[in-house]
Order: sequence, then C-alpha cells, then structure tokens
Amino acid sequence: MSRHSSLRGSVAIVGIGDTEVGLLPGRGTIDLTIEAASRALCDAGIDKSAIDGLITSNSMVDPHMYHAELVAQTMGIFPRHCLTLAAGGAGSFAAVQHAAAAIATGLCDTVLISSADNLRTGLTREQAAAQQSSTADPQFEAPYGAPVPAFYAFIARAHMHEYGTTPEQLAAVAVTTRRHAALHPGAQKRAEITVQDVLSSPLIADPLHLLDCSLVSDGGAAVVLTRADRAKDFPRGGVYLLGAGEGHSHEHISQAPSLVASAARESGERAFAMAGLSPADVHFAELYDCFTPVVIVELEDLGFCAKGEGGPFVEAGHTALGGRLPTNTHGGLLSHSHSGHPGSMFALTEAVVQLRGDAGARQVAGAEIGLVHAQGGVLSSHCTLLLGRERA
Amino acid sequence: MTDEIAGKPVPRPTEETRDYWEGCRRGELRLQRCSECRRVQFPPRRFCSSCLCARLESFAALGRGVIRSYSVVRHPLSPAFAGDVPYLVALIQLAEGPTMMAGLRGCTPDTVAVGMAVEVEFEARSETHVPYFHPA
Repeated sequence: MSRHSSLRGSVAIVGIGDTEVGLLPGRGTIDLTIEAASRALCDAGIDKSAIDGLITSNSMVDPHMYHAELVAQTMGIFPRHCLTLAAGGAGSFAAVQHAAAAIATGLCDTVLISSADNLRTGLTREQAAAQQSSTADPQFEAPYGAPVPAFYAFIARAHMHEYGTTPEQLAAVAVTTRRHAALHPGAQKRAEITVQDVLSSPLIADPLHLLDCSLVSDGGAAVVLTRADRAKDFPRGGVYLLGAGEGHSHEHISQAPSLVASAARESGERAFAMAGLSPADVHFAELYDCFTPVVIVELEDLGFCAKGEGGPFVEAGHTALGGRLPTNTHGGLLSHSHSGHPGSMFALTEAVVQLRGDAGARQVAGAEIGLVHAQGGVLSSHCTLLLGRERA
Repeated sequence: MTDEIAGKPVPRPTEETRDYWEGCRRGELRLQRCSECRRVQFPPRRFCSSCLCARLESFAALGRGVIRSYSVVRHPLSPAFAGDVPYLVALIQLAEGPTMMAGLRGCTPDTVAVGMAVEVEFEARSETHVPYFHPA
C-alpha cells in the first residue's frame, strides 16, 4: 500500500451549502462563492473564524489574479492555507484531495472549499465564444472552428464505431438524469423528457443533440472539511473520505491517447485502492456529465461495467434511482446546473446529502458508500473520490 | 496565438512551429522525428515527448491518414464559419503515427466514415496555408 493510503478515513465533510442555480442576474463569482460558504458554515454550525484553510476555483466570467485571497479578504477570514485551484471540471474534487492532505499533515484543521461562477448571465457573447475557443489548441485545432461539443462528439462517434453504442443509449443518459432532476426542488431543468425528445432536439455537433449537452448556469456550492476524529462534534456529524485518486492523460483532444478510454481508469483504481473497496461496494455514483457520452465512458473506466457496455448499462436502467447504480441523483450537469468550474461541486454536496439520508424523494435506499468523479478539459484531467457514511 | 481579425482563426507561428507552417505554404505536411529514439511526433515542439531529447529532425510526411473520428458541426463557434454549416471536422491518424485535427473537404455527412482513407490539401488563409483532408 502506498503512503497515500493514510488519507483513508482521515477527514470528514462536516458542512455543505448550495446556492440557488440557473439565472441569477447581478450575482458575481465572489458574491456567490461567499453565499455558498456561508451556507456551508451554517450547516457545519461553526463561525467563519474556525476556517484556517480556503480553496476556491477561479471565475471564467471575472477571473482574479488572487481569487481565493479576494474571497478571504471579502469574508474577513485569515487562513493559514489559501489556494485557487485550477483543474477544470476535476478541480472541485482535486481540491478535496488537497484539503485532505493539508489536514492530514497538520497544515490546517478546517478547510473551506467554495466555488461559484455566473456563466449564464455574466458572459457576453464574445466572452462565451472566446471561452470555448480557448479549449482548442490555438494553432492546430482552432483554425477548424470546432466548438467544444464537437470535441465530445469525437468521443461519442468513436465509441459508437468501436462498440456499437447508439444515439438512443446516449439519449438514455439525458432522460435518466432528467428524471432525477425532477425530484430535486433546486434543479434548473425539471420537466421530464423522453429518448425521442433528445433525438428530435437540434443536432449541435453530430452525433450530439442539444439535449445531450449540459446546461449553462449561475451558481456555486461549498463544503467544510475537518479531521475525521472531530466530526462527531459537528451538528450533522461527518461524511468520510475513504479514497481519492487522480489521472491525467493529455490536454488537447487531438493528442488523447484514446478516444474511447480515459484516465478515469487510473483515478478510479487509485481511489478504490486507497479505500480498499471495489465498484461492487458502491451504492450510488455522481459522474461528470458535461455531455452524455462522458457518462458512458466513465461507467466503463471506473469499473461499473465492462468496456463497451456503458450504453446498454444505461439503457437497461441500471443508472436510474432503484437501479443497480443510481447515477447523478441530483440531475447532474445535464439537468441540475453547470456553472463551469463549480459544476461538479453540486455532485459532491449531493453525495453528502445522500449519505446523510436527507435526499427525500430521490434518496438512494441504504446509501452508505458513494463515488463521485469529475473530469476537466476534454477527458483530460480526472479525479475520483469515494465517500462513506462510516469512517472505515 | 490566433489572429481572429480577418474572420476565421489564422495560426500564428511560433519559433517551434515556423518550419511546419512554412511547409504548409509549400504544400508539405511536416512532422518531427527524434534523432535518438526515432519517435515521430506532432504538433512540433522543442523536444521529444518520449525521451525529452532536443535533437529533432523535421521531414515531409506522406500527407495520408485515416479518420479516427469526426463530427458534423451545425452550430459554428464564430460567425466566420456560418457560411460553411454544416461542416466536417475530424481527428486523423497519419500514416506516420501521430493524430491531428483537421477539417474535411470533398465528403458529406452522408459519405464520411470512421476509418476512411484521406489525404491532405492546403487552404490559403491570410498569409498562411491550413491543412485540410479529402477522401484519398
């Protein structure tokens, strides 16, 4: 076992907070980051002065050279450890791993991770286009005018070619996720959809339709982490970090080693090894779903089904509430919200809600171990976390 | 760097990529080969991504490859591409090994396919030439 295994059971999430999501005109990244933070502090039952570590993500709308420091200044807190973390969509969970390491080594005791942005109402048309094109290699990809959905369409098309995955199976990801969002009072899109609705929505970049693509949202969420042995002193107790792992394979999609498999394999294996668990032990998963094919690739690479069987796995209903592996129980990026870097934070707070047994109509029965996974770039950066109701 | 003033993005060569873009202007697709480990790489860079050796030689590729994947873009990124909709963008595995992104010409959403053999052509854009591919 690597020394890394010492993080298992070492920290607990003792507070969570979500802002509203959707259209929040007039709200900015600092404002929303602090609102999410305040909610998480309130949930943890602690004063802001207890926070001695702060991790934020930078804004795409209104980037700051020292984002975390500005949040600390505005909140009036004076942390010992302060970090603006950038790993795209995977940043939220990489932040958890950093926080756990900082707590486990005594760098700090109580870490606030808060992340928010206002992509929906804050970006001008030009900024939105510039954001999209900044994902492409400026010399070797940008000249062809492919928007981000086309990059993910490459993955979908390759998976269809290699394994016979169908547009109906991609659509089933969106349909299942929307059904879950319908049970979440805060989700941005709650009206149920059918496979036919997805297939008849406009093609954006073949084979991806509009409803294969995630939302654009304002909003953010926060968590408070502390030493596991202190968790029982908090009003809601703790949800424990059992395993964490990252994997990184490329930046630009044209340089990806594979179009159908990702470094989620490595991040998942590392997280499971740390936790001493296997995919069969997991009761629910919150996966990164910026586009429907990503969920299929992640289900395979994380070991929930064999390579190539992600499409049939979703189509058979295994990822629905009541299925073998309820997935994206809050509605994911496809239906709950996608505010950019903060998007996956809602998957994390949802996992805590599920493990606390607070999810109401969308509660996964007997949820004791949950997996959350996020990726950034175009299947580039991956981070997997295993969370448990019990410490070990 | 990308110069978007003229409409479609125009690649702006750097020290590492000048040889490549000058090749495109002559109608040649140039790749790099490591003098030590012989690995072929694209895009051009200062060192070999396999052995980190800085002794790289550049050579003219065959300009042939196969489509690894593709997409039909229906919603363009910028107004400069609006007149091209729907247009095809692909990932092409070159005969020499590396994969590159490129636009496709001479085929349609109905005739394009993964595995299709393609060969390079060059489109003049501003002061440079951008590689596109068409069915071989």
